Formats: sequence, C-alpha cells, structure tokens
Amino acid sequence: MDIGQLFHNLFFDYTLRTVALGAAILGVVSGALGAFAVLRRQSLLGDAISHAALPGIVIAFLLTRSREPVVFLLGALAAGWAATLSIAAITRTTRIKDDSALGLVLSVFFGFGLMLLTFAQKLSDARQAGLDKFLFGQAATLLQSDVIAMATVGALALGTTLLFWKEFKLLTFDADYAASLGYPVRTLDILLTTLLVVAIVIGLQTVGVVLMSAMLVAPAAAARQWTNRLETMVGLSGLFGALAGVSGALISSAMEKTPTGPVIVLCISALVLVSLLFAPARGVVWRRLRDLRNQRRVRTAHLQP
Amino acid sequence: MSLAQIEIQVIAALVATACALPGVFLVLRRMAMMSDAISHTVLLGIVLAFFLTKSLTSPLLIAGAALMGVLTVSLVELLTRTQLVREDAAIGLVFPALFSIAILLITRFAGNVHLDVDAVLLGELAFAPFNRIQIFGVDAGPAGLYVSGGILALNLLFIAIFYKELKLATFDPALAAALGFAPGVLHYAFMTLVSVTAVGAFDAVGSVLVVAFMIAPPAAAYLLADRLSHMLIYAAAIGVLSAVSGYWLAYALDASIAGSMATMAGVIFLVCYLFAPARGVMIKRRPVQA
Repeated sequence: MDIGQLFHNLFFDYTLRTVALGAAILGVVSGALGAFAVLRRQSLLGDAISHAALPGIVIAFLLTRSREPVVFLLGALAAGWAATLSIAAITRTTRIKDDSALGLVLSVFFGFGLMLLTFAQKLSDARQAGLDKFLFGQAATLLQSDVIAMATVGALALGTTLLFWKEFKLLTFDADYAASLGYPVRTLDILLTTLLVVAIVIGLQTVGVVLMSAMLVAPAAAARQWTNRLETMVGLSGLFGALAGVSGALISSAMEKTPTGPVIVLCISALVLVSLLFAPARGVVWRRLRDLRNQRRVRTAHLQP
Repeated sequence: MSLAQIEIQVIAALVATACALPGVFLVLRRMAMMSDAISHTVLLGIVLAFFLTKSLTSPLLIAGAALMGVLTVSLVELLTRTQLVREDAAIGLVFPALFSIAILLITRFAGNVHLDVDAVLLGELAFAPFNRIQIFGVDAGPAGLYVSGGILALNLLFIAIFYKELKLATFDPALAAALGFAPGVLHYAFMTLVSVTAVGAFDAVGSVLVVAFMIAPPAAAYLLADRLSHMLIYAAAIGVLSAVSGYWLAYALDASIAGSMATMAGVIFLVCYLFAPARGVMIKRRPVQA
C-alpha cells in the first residue's frame, strides 16, 4: 500500500479513521496528565492503577450484567481509586517504601481481578463481554460511539486540569508551600490522581493494561527534554502522545498481523529516544559534543604558571 | 486429596519460597518495581531464544530470559545515569518498549506456534501435573516440580553463599564499596538470579503474579521482623501459606489458581498491616492501658 492511499484511508476508511482518532485522543489525554505524574515521581502509579482496574471492571460486570462501556469505566475508576488510596495508606502508615507498595497493590489487585474473572467466566458469557481484551486492548474494535465517549470524558479531564492549573502546578513543584498557603493539598492530590485514573481507563480498550503505563510516561519523558516550562511540557506531551497514536494506527493498518497497541508504544518509544539524544541543551549527543569541545580547549590552552 | 492436588500445592509452595527469598532483598533495596519490569521483559528473551533454537523446551530459553532481565536492569540504569529521566520513569519507559517488541514478534512470526501470551502472563498451575518427566520409562513426577525445586535450590545457594555481602550491600552500599565487596558485580549477579527465578516461576504462576509472590510476602514480613534472617524466614512462610490457602480458595470457587494465590497473599498482608505486633495499624492506634 502506498503512502497516498494510506492517508486517503486515514480520512475515508471507517475503521482506520476511528482507530486513529481514538488513539489520538488517548495520546493527548494520557500525555498531558502523564506529564504531572512523571514530574511528581509517580511514573509507575499508572502501571499500578491500570492493573488494579481489572477487579473493578469484573465486579461492575457481575453486579450489573451490563456491557455498557460506562459501567466498565465506573468500575475501573472505583478500583483505580481504591488502589491509589491503598498505596497512599501503606506508604504513610508503615515503613514499606512506595515501590513495594506499588508492586504489592498492582499484583494483588490484578490477581484478585483474575480470580474474579475466571470465576465469572464459569458463571456466564463473560468472555463475550470483552473482558479478555482488557490485557492487550483491541483498538480495531473501537466504534465511533466509543471514540465519542472517549472524547467527552477526555475533554472533561483536560478541562478540569486547565481549571485547576495553578493549583496543580504548585502541588507538583512544591506541595509543602501549597499546604502552607492553605490549599487543600490532600483534596488536590486526590483530584489529580482521579484524572490520571480517567486517562488510564480511556486507554484500556485501545492499548490494554500492560502498555498503558507507556502512554503516560513516554510522552512526558520525551517532552521534558525539550523544555523547562510546565505549560510547554504538558502541551508537547499531549502532542507527542497524539502523534504516536496516529502513526501507530497508520503503521499497524499498513502491515498485516500487527496489533495497534504495541506499535503505538514503539512509536512513542522512538520519540523518546530521539528526544533523549537530540533535544537541544539536554540531549545526550549535544552534551557529549560539548564535553569533547571543552576537553580539546583545555588540552590546547596554554596554561600560565 | 489426590496426588495431582498434592503435586500442585508442592510446586506452588516451592515457587512461592523461591520468589519470596530474593523478594526480601528487592523490597529492602527499593527495587520492587524492577521485578515487575523484569517479569514483563523476560518474555522478549524467551521469544528471541525461541527464534534461535526453534524449540520451546530448550534450556536456552531460560538463558535468553535471564540475559534479557539483566539487559532490562542495565538499560534502566543507563537511562537513569543520563540524569534526563528519573529511575521510576526509566523503568516505565524500558519495559513497555521491550514487551511491545515481544508481542509484535509473537503475533507476526510465531502465530502458529504454541507460544501463548496469555499462558505466559497468567500461567496455569492446574495443568502442571500433566507435564511429567520420564526417566527410563518410569514416571518421575511433574516437570514443574524439578523446575521450581531447581530455582529454589539456586536461590538458597546464592543467598547462603553471599549472605554477608548481600546484607552489607543492602543496608550500607557505600561501606560495601569501601570495603571492596564489589557491590556492582553482586548487584548484577543478584538481578540475574531474579530473572532466572521469574522465568522459572512463569510456568507455575505467570509473569504478573510472579510479582505478587516476590513482593507481597516480603512486604508482610517487613512488618513483622527486625532482623534480615527473620524477615527471610517469615517471607518464605507467608509465601507457602498464601500458596496453599490460595489453592484451596481456587478449588472452592473453581477460579484461577494463580489469581487466588495472589489474593491470599494480599489478605495475609492486610492482616499483618492491621494486626502485626508493634507495627500493625490497629495495634498502634489502641490506647495505652493505664
């Protein structure tokens, strides 16, 4: 398939257009919110939350017997929230460090979800409920209605972020100062984490649990290399996320037997690599060149006694 | 209890112990999430070794997986050393990328081979008794028994030999380096051990729940013990307890064995979290009796 045909399909082929649009929305939302997570050293919280969403989704299905995406979304939201609060409780009240708390909650919630899922599958037709897509996502099965739902929820999340921009900025860079100014730091923390959970839940259907963490961390890590300002970083991060989403959708549609999720992750990983190497000022290549130039200058300089 | 049931529980208990022992050091060294990363990326090692050997039973698969585990650790450290990203972000960058490559390779080139991603990720202990080893035509027990026993023996041996070095490098890395204990070499040897353990435990509990066995019992033990030796013993005991009780929970619910074992590990952690002597949340809150 030639490139022109591919771009023609991007606009006129229903499946490709839907998938690309869905991936782009996911990229923008997770990129923008991931920027806060990375800056707050919570890069792996996304990984934990996305695994922890499984029991919420299964319980929501068992309670309502409904396959509406909204039900899954609410279930995932509740479980993601419970996971976040558990991690916070463990690190605050015991000497267990955050990495162990993350790993513990991630694996135990996921195991619990797996137990419930296998239990549910024997009781009903849960396999058809799309629960097994949870692990890897199936971007190709996105419908226009899904994309509209993603866009609505995503816009709400981004709108909230803009609304609380000043507060979130302060929370990210100096939480103690925010507390001393009288901002409700705990509430803001919970709000920002809830938005993160929303971004994750949006992505589950497209890239699945395992790869969702990359969609939060990678665009932000790439964007960080190009700028020192939060405004630019969040914007760039969203842009990188969208770019990776669309190019991943295009590449996987052009090649046979290539699932969309992993391709998107590889696209964004490539962006990270380029940023780490070549971003102006911070890039490894420029830094190395600078070092070499300095060394040469020192070596050739005539040192005065 | 049938023979198959006993065999499953023994395998699970061996795996749980084999995971809990290195897990103690992961928890103490704040490297718990590295085990999550490794448990994902070893899949790429297995896939690449499979393409080389065209066999699913070759021991090279374990070698490939162990190499990939070490590569994961080195890549994360390389990224962290550039000081462009923090360690948690570095982990979050490396393992999804390597894992994506593995998934792509499997779906594109190994579609008709029995290399089931679900099985690797989730594991199915219930089938372990069917895969038996024959020695001179005599049944010598399930293969899983030898794999899990082997990784447990390896872990016991490593920790017994390098106990002093591991202890020092864990609690005072600077002193370990100053005394010439080569913490770097030890670190990589240890991470190789973690990778081999993760691969060995794959068959039994799947990669995601390897993390549960590596972290939950040591984390619970951390709330009970104040000495490294005690923590190791408690973690192993809690691991075995979660494995056996998890098996019976799965039996009662007719659900995933691995999932139930992780659930029980979580329940036991919760009990320790609430009621551990001296450290339990409920114990600490109780007013002092006059």
